[in-house]
Amino acid sequence: MARYEIFVTYKQGIFDPPGATAERALANLGYDEIESVKIGKYIRVEVADGPNERARVAEMCDKLLANPVIEEYRIVDAEGAVSAR
Amino acid sequence: MRFGVVRFPGSNCEQDIVIACRYLGIDVDYVWHGDTDITGFDAIVLPGGFSYGDYIRTGAVARFSPVMGEVVRFAERGGPVLGVCNGFQILTEAHMLPGAMLRNRGLKFICETVPLRLERTVCQWVDLPEGTVVRIPINHNEGNFTADAETLARLDANGQVVLSYCEPDGTRAPGGSAPNGSANDIAGICNERGNVFGLMPHPERVVDPEASGTDGQPFLTTIVARLAGV
Repeated sequence: MARYEIFVTYKQGIFDPPGATAERALANLGYDEIESVKIGKYIRVEVADGPNERARVAEMCDKLLANPVIEEYRIVDAEGAVSAR
Repeated sequence: MRFGVVRFPGSNCEQDIVIACRYLGIDVDYVWHGDTDITGFDAIVLPGGFSYGDYIRTGAVARFSPVMGEVVRFAERGGPVLGVCNGFQILTEAHMLPGAMLRNRGLKFICETVPLRLERTVCQWVDLPEGTVVRIPINHNEGNFTADAETLARLDANGQVVLSYCEPDGTRAPGGSAPNGSANDIAGICNERGNVFGLMPHPERVVDPEASGTDGQPFLTTIVARLAGV
């Protein structure tokens, strides 16, 4: 069994309404140092060991877990190796 | 002429569409999302609601329902497909229409009747003069349409923008008239061919003059007349 952590975030230039709201709220709370807040999703998948494991996890992201029109993703395995798109 | 209204788990406006069609004299029936045969239907409607609880993203799971493969093939053959609200979200997720939906700017679920203007369009589902203003309710949390600049320019150039949010007099405010922050005030778009049409407003809720008005009627009746060759 292998475990992968997936981080889905909006692509550069896509407006992130929850992030923008948190950004304003933090500024209102007096955190003047706040320059930007982006909010995304964290997904953890566990898959049976097999060939093309990582490629198949990327495929899951392309197909369902992320929308390539607006989102990008980063896959991190148990050793901390990162692949992104 | 028969409409098929797809029922996904979590759809909640399919009855509204069916009741509106019957009121307008259109033959209509439900289609189960697990069906893989849609023969006998001349137009397919994807209704509003919260298919699959809106999990992952709105429309992201419904897009893989067994019936959707058939709906894609039906549309490729030129069959008319209408997506209302969650139906529009499903059409973008299925890449039957370009772009994607974000949370409303301001993070509010918006439920109100809004003015909309008809644009110059190739859409087969409408036949109203450019600039016509209609008032139709919207009811959504993710209607903030987005697409890259190139796609937005292409939609405009091809006449694929069908409906825009506007001010009551039909003009668009300089800062935007979309209550949800939608790019270019877009409320509804169609594909290049004009047979696939998605919109966030709910025309099926505005067909009975004794209830709410008649502004929504043409969005269901035009395609009937067009297919009948009238």
